[in-house]
Amino acid sequence: MPIQTVELRNISKRFPGVLANDRVNLDVRAGEILALLGENGAGKSTLMKILYGMYHPTEGEIAVNGQVVQFKSPADALAQGIGMIHQHFQLVPGFTVAENVALGLKSSRGPLTDLNVVSQRVRELGAQYGLHVDPNALVWQLAVGQQQRVEILKALYRDASLLILDEPTAVLTPQEVQEFFGILRRLRAAGNALIFISHKLYEVKAISDRVVVLRDGRVVGGVATQATNQKELARMMVGREVITQWEKPAAQARETALQIDKLQALNDKQLPAVKEVSLQVRAGEILGIAGVSGNGQRELAEAVVGMRLIRGGSVRVNGKDVTHHSPAQMIQAGVAFIPEERMVMGIVREFSVAENAILITHTEPPLSRRALFDFRAVNTHVARLVREYDVRTPSLETPVKNLSGGNIQKLILARELSRSPRVLIAAQPTRGVDIGATEYIHKRLIEQRSAGTAVLLISEDLEEVRALSDRIAVMYEGEIVGIVPPTTSVEELGLMMAGAKKDS
Amino acid sequence: MSTTRQRFDFGRYNFILVPFIAGGLALLVGAVIIWLLGANPIEAYIGMVQGALGSPNAIADSLVKAGPLLFVGVGICIAYRGGVINIGGEGQIVIGALATTLVVLTLSGLPSLILIPLALAAGFVGGGFWGGIAGFLKARFKVNEVLSTIMLNAIAVQLMTFLLNGALMDPTSLDNSIRIPQTQRFPLWTDLPRLIPTRLHAGILLGVLIAVLAYILLWHTTIGYRIRAVGFNTVASKYAGINVGRYQILAITLSGALAGLGGAVEVMGVNHRLFTDGSATGFTGNAGFNGIVVALFGALHPLGVIPASFLFGALLTGANTLQRTVQVPGAFVTTLDGLVVIFVVASQIWARRRATRHAMPELPPQDKIVPASTT
Repeated sequence: MPIQTVELRNISKRFPGVLANDRVNLDVRAGEILALLGENGAGKSTLMKILYGMYHPTEGEIAVNGQVVQFKSPADALAQGIGMIHQHFQLVPGFTVAENVALGLKSSRGPLTDLNVVSQRVRELGAQYGLHVDPNALVWQLAVGQQQRVEILKALYRDASLLILDEPTAVLTPQEVQEFFGILRRLRAAGNALIFISHKLYEVKAISDRVVVLRDGRVVGGVATQATNQKELARMMVGREVITQWEKPAAQARETALQIDKLQALNDKQLPAVKEVSLQVRAGEILGIAGVSGNGQRELAEAVVGMRLIRGGSVRVNGKDVTHHSPAQMIQAGVAFIPEERMVMGIVREFSVAENAILITHTEPPLSRRALFDFRAVNTHVARLVREYDVRTPSLETPVKNLSGGNIQKLILARELSRSPRVLIAAQPTRGVDIGATEYIHKRLIEQRSAGTAVLLISEDLEEVRALSDRIAVMYEGEIVGIVPPTTSVEELGLMMAGAKKDS
Repeated sequence: MSTTRQRFDFGRYNFILVPFIAGGLALLVGAVIIWLLGANPIEAYIGMVQGALGSPNAIADSLVKAGPLLFVGVGICIAYRGGVINIGGEGQIVIGALATTLVVLTLSGLPSLILIPLALAAGFVGGGFWGGIAGFLKARFKVNEVLSTIMLNAIAVQLMTFLLNGALMDPTSLDNSIRIPQTQRFPLWTDLPRLIPTRLHAGILLGVLIAVLAYILLWHTTIGYRIRAVGFNTVASKYAGINVGRYQILAITLSGALAGLGGAVEVMGVNHRLFTDGSATGFTGNAGFNGIVVALFGALHPLGVIPASFLFGALLTGANTLQRTVQVPGAFVTTLDGLVVIFVVASQIWARRRATRHAMPELPPQDKIVPASTT
């Protein structure tokens, strides 16, 4: 029986030392899109994992169509018609679409596969909801947007009529997002219930019927989307007024600090990822690089700072050739780097807050002399950084992996900015970071730029790029397709991100 | 943000508790085996304790056995902290002992005040060189150090056997055509000083000193900081401007150097000559491998290795007496040793799993997996 209503009643979930959900009440009905809004760590994922049978609630109950149910595993949730589309796709890349859809299901032909039947049904579902994918295509050959459709098809194929979508737009271009919203509307019109998890306010505003906001594990508000606005939602989410647009003093751009000429680099698969990219960043300006993830931005940043082999072209800092310099030499040259892969490259997870804060400067006096640490000096230095950059940590000895993403990022920011760099390369500085920390990071980046640092900002978040940059370069398939002013519309940037050349 | 009251923080103390629980369980399983062998486990263990700690001589023997384990174990800690797995303790002990032997035999005219430090230094350098080879191969050619150190063990033992059967063989043994694969006895003035009138020599003090120095190196110097950074995360280390390969080589070189020093102490303090009993490991008594167990038991912390090596020294000494007291085969020692390894290693994995499971439930999702699109 299709789902009419699903209710979460008084759900609490306790982890040792943390109350992730605190008496949460939530309901969703057939034919509506419910947005679940909240910062990282607000308890959205935990709540949805409970609904999908991955966690058991400490207290409370779940009712489907008025009947109380107990889920021991996701299989139980699926049997009740609840499907979840994870942010990170659960697909086998070497399998076809049909094989992925059939994976884990019983075949109608016993031990033999029935992929033709599956393909047929996939085509029918695709036609019904606009989820067009070739059932015989291999998943790894599909674009990200199409892989996402396969995930939705998997759920629909299993007769799910409540779909939980965990940050589904994070990997899509603005155009793909529009297309995706079309699919969601069709799913709603066909009588499905949808829960849309996001922290992007404009998307929530654009697609949902109702919004429920979580903060610190509690429901802090539920409103009809019509009756609210982004500002109010942001305030509910963070618990205070949020500044989304910074006062940005006019750029006082001076001499070129970072000059990249015809730079080439390969990605991890040894395929060309950066193809003759040329850029100049001047002291006192933010050059934003917009683009869909995976178009060479990460490789560009890593090549510039010496983390990746340069296969051609040159890099200059303040006029000095630094091509092929090691990361240590780049640090000496005054280049700071906030890496995209923050948990892998930016910090040593097992190290304490203090140890991470001195990752780059630990050999400099007064932190150490003749290889011996002066822990009093280290603690003074780190305590100052933590205070100045508002890093929320129980102590300086806390392993950094226990901090939230936003606080880890603020720690990295503190470490990199406190070196007074000439050039700052910030890759996805606010991805996965909560609104409060994002706001703070934006403020600091602008301050840094106004203080005369040349900032290269790489971001997938167009709002961010437009808000911070003095110029925007759009990157597509390893090339710069154009450099435009920050006033350029989202639509135009979107087209460029999809590869349309800027004719100029 | 937490509303639960803090209970006893098991995680904070488990680095001490877990090895002991594991050791206890190993002894329990050992008891079952003793019982199956037809002996009384309680009697056997009482006999073991007496054999290990029952008299000043027994205690001294236990400490003497602990010596090489301590040196190797501290070395294993340094390598491990640098992210290098050193299985080459055996070979490094052997090469260290060989280097010491060469120095002692060729410079035997020097006074002990110069000769002893020089001979110890030779052991240190020899073992370091042998470990450094594996480090160089890893950093330069990405050769897995587990494989290379095991191979180097075999090479070292063969080299020693070759030399003991030729160039280094005791001249008197050659004259009498007995041909025992051992050197002549070292000059008396190279014997490490005895601490009390037993077999206990000053090597154990050197070992404790080394453990303390290793602790200072790892946690109070920038060099140790870099070794640990590289051990945890090579990518972040490179990002921080650390020459990853150099610190990997340094970690295993130091590790080998300490094993080599252990070898030097063993020949100068206990045997007073280099010999091989023809086994796969020569004279080392498996200290190169047992040192790994000791390091694990000591929570891979140099200071933890001090008590861990004493415990294992006692275990080995006590187990030797088992054969005499309750007629359990001597091979039982090896069995018990193996049981301890299994339980300690398993408990480490268990403790780590437990720690992960109880960690914060929500990590920012983008940090876990890179979306398929970013390649």
